Amino acid sequence: MTPLLFLGIAVAGGVGAALRFFVDGLVRSRWPAGFPVGTALINVSGSLVLGFVAGLLGHGALPPGWELVLGTGLMGGYTTFSTASVESVRLIQARRYAAGALNLFGVLVLAVAAGALGLWLGGFV
Amino acid sequence: MSRPVHRHKRFLALVAVGGALGTALRELLSLLVPAIDGVAVVIVGINLLGALALGVLLEALVRSGPDEGRRRAIRLFVGTGVLGGFTTYSTLAVTTAGLLGEGRAAVGLGYALGSVILGALATTLGIVIGGAWHRRARVAAPSNQPARSTGERG
Repeated sequence: MTPLLFLGIAVAGGVGAALRFFVDGLVRSRWPAGFPVGTALINVSGSLVLGFVAGLLGHGALPPGWELVLGTGLMGGYTTFSTASVESVRLIQARRYAAGALNLFGVLVLAVAAGALGLWLGGFV
Repeated sequence: MSRPVHRHKRFLALVAVGGALGTALRELLSLLVPAIDGVAVVIVGINLLGALALGVLLEALVRSGPDEGRRRAIRLFVGTGVLGGFTTYSTLAVTTAGLLGEGRAAVGLGYALGSVILGALATTLGIVIGGAWHRRARVAAPSNQPARSTGERG
C-alpha cells in the first residue's frame, strides 16, 4: 500500500462519515420517529454500494486501489456499527424489545440482502 | 430558528476529520491482522471495540449534562466521527453475503449474528463503565469544573 492510497482511503472515510452525519440529520428532521431509521437506511444503502464495488472488482471492472478508496474508505466511513449497536441497546433499555430486535436482526438481514444484491449487480456491469 | 445540527459546517468538519482518523485506524489494523480462511476477523474486533467505546463515551457525556458546547463537539468528533468511521457495517454485511453465496452458511451466520449480539453486549458493558466512570469523577471532585478536568486527564 502506497502512502497516497492510504491517505485516499482516510480522506474518503472522512467524506463518508460527514455524509452519514448529514443523511442521519436529514432523516431525523423529516422523520422524527422513535426508531433509528437514519442509521438503518445508511447501513443498508452502504452495504448495497459496497457489494456493488466488490462485484465490480470481482471481474476487474475497477482500476486497482479504487475498491479500497470507495469501499474501505467511503462506504466504511459512511456505514457504522457502533451507532447501530448503541441505538439497539437504548431501545432495549427503554423496554422496546421488538424495536431493539428489529434494529439488531432486521437491519442485519436487510443489509446482507442489499450486499448480496450489490455483488450480483456489480457482476453484470 | 437555528439551523439543524447537521447543516453546520463546523460540525460537519468535526465529523469528517474524526471519520478520516477512524477510517485510517481501521485500515491500519486491517493491514496488520491477517484474514483467517478468507474472513476479515479483524473487522469483528474493530466493531466490538468501537461498540464498547461508544457506549462508554455517550453514557459519560449524557450523564455529565446537556448535549451542547464542548460536550456536543466531543460527541460529534469522537463518537460520530472517530468511532463511526472506525467501525463499519457494510464490510460485515458484504462479507456475510459473500460467505452465504459460497455456501459457507454456518461461518456466515456465525460472523453476522456473533457480531451484532456480541456488539450489543459490548455496548451494554460500555454503558455500565461510562456510568461508573462519571460517578467516580463526580465523587472525586464534587464541583462541576474540576470534575470535568479530572475526566479529561483520566
